[in-house]
Amino acid sequence: MDLVLFLTFALIAVACALNMALQRHPVSSALSLIGVMVSLAVLYVLLGAEFIAAAQLVVYSGAIMVLFIFVIMLLNAGAEKMTKKAGTAHFLGFPLLVILLAISAWVITNATSAMKPVKFGAFTKGGPYEVGWELFTRYLLPFEVTSILILIAIAGAYRLANKEME
Amino acid sequence: MDYLLVSIIKILIIAPLLLATLAYIVWLERKVIAHVQLRVGPYFVGPHGLLQPIADAVKLLTKEDFIPSGVNHFFYWAAPWLGLMFSVSAIAVIPFGPIVEIFGVKTNLGLADINIGLLWILGLAGMGVYGIALAGWSSNNKYSLLGAMRSSAQMISYELPMALALVAPLLMSNSLNLREVVDTQAGFVFGIIPNWNLFTGFQLVGFIVYMICAFAETNRIPFDLPEAENELVAGFHSEYSSMKFAAFFMAEYCNMIIVCSVATALFLGGWHPIVPPAIATFVPTFLFGLAAAVLFYHSSHPIRPTDRKSFFVFGVIFAAIALVFLAPAAGPILNSLFWFFAKVGFLLFFFIWVRATLPRFRYDQLMKIAWLFLFPVALANLVLTAFFVTLFSK
Repeated sequence: MDLVLFLTFALIAVACALNMALQRHPVSSALSLIGVMVSLAVLYVLLGAEFIAAAQLVVYSGAIMVLFIFVIMLLNAGAEKMTKKAGTAHFLGFPLLVILLAISAWVITNATSAMKPVKFGAFTKGGPYEVGWELFTRYLLPFEVTSILILIAIAGAYRLANKEME
Repeated sequence: MDYLLVSIIKILIIAPLLLATLAYIVWLERKVIAHVQLRVGPYFVGPHGLLQPIADAVKLLTKEDFIPSGVNHFFYWAAPWLGLMFSVSAIAVIPFGPIVEIFGVKTNLGLADINIGLLWILGLAGMGVYGIALAGWSSNNKYSLLGAMRSSAQMISYELPMALALVAPLLMSNSLNLREVVDTQAGFVFGIIPNWNLFTGFQLVGFIVYMICAFAETNRIPFDLPEAENELVAGFHSEYSSMKFAAFFMAEYCNMIIVCSVATALFLGGWHPIVPPAIATFVPTFLFGLAAAVLFYHSSHPIRPTDRKSFFVFGVIFAAIALVFLAPAAGPILNSLFWFFAKVGFLLFFFIWVRATLPRFRYDQLMKIAWLFLFPVALANLVLTAFFVTLFSK
């Protein structure tokens, strides 16, 4: 059952990722990205990390991607058009992609020899309690630094928006 | 395998019931608003218009599915069903009752009993925006697009104070599992005040903030700016007809049920009765018996000639329901279900009541309420609750 679910959603994730790159229309691409995120959330659940799965749903597909779609719709961005330089990109893009994939495959295969394979549901540190505990003890400093970073970003966004209004 | 079988049986029971409830909430809404406005509402299809939802469903199914020109076909088709899917799947984590034993099988009255129940609902609420946003965008209509914009901005803004208001009761229950949250609210203080988060948790402020946000999240009056008729025709679903329109309608009513169920589970003690258990067992019997008595009286003194027969039949049905609650085997299970659905039903009635009463906000007022009033209030409520929880937990 776990394996069937894993294969289904892994395939959906890969298909959505490919679709995101291949689609010409920004809205289609953004929706494919949502598909990737939702299938990743399912994979997290299969591994036993429920909280991370929920956070993935709430934060990535619920909040960030809504803003993406919002911006695309506000700008009323149409389908992508070919420009003059697109020819070179077509010519060079595919070989470069193959090289990138080869390098990352090589890195991953070399790195995985040191890693242990993950079993479905064997990971028990993904609940809300465990994640919260780790965040407020072991990773307290990075956690607080991130919050301050976000606060600075909010202040900066506010400043920029105000500047435009004046 | 046993678990799978039980789950399938539960889905087969809950899914049709949910769809029927969605249809009949529309009937209820039309009736309640009609009576507020001194009309009778749907009356001619079946006794007291009770078959009206079925007639509506047949009408919507057989209506021409009109597709305007220039729409993005795929998204135009997918948007209503996406919206409906996200709102319906949230029902999976709602606990309707405690863990019970039916025919020797021990199970909880609800579909899934997961330890991230509330996060699941919040996640799906966030995803629900896509249905509306895509519908407005793909319809190729400026009114639809404006409605979708308003709706997404409103839903994103109100999600924040809503989540903050929901965290406060979670702090006291120390769990994200809705069944466990309800379980911590069992019992009575001084033998008379129910131990709900609303009363003994002092969450009145949180509850009010949550309910205001719930109105905005479900796009209901007074926050129904996305479908303001006098400005935007019908907002994001202007261009939809037939079953696609019905899907939006069902999603809205399903969202109403979800937010009311969450309020019930988190603030109103879920299936725990408002009166001490010694009396609570007989309350459903008493209420249904009272309804039956009133119906029998009106059937013998009818105002309209048709009432003589119809009220008598309804009276017999209500009396039968009252007797079922006294049955020794089914009684306790039905009792907890009764209390849960009574609270949800009351909140739904409140939604309808507000719709019949209040006018619509202006758009800038709507955003001001969310960011300058609800958000600070919810935050203060959360900080105070957290302070007292730490103070008393040691």
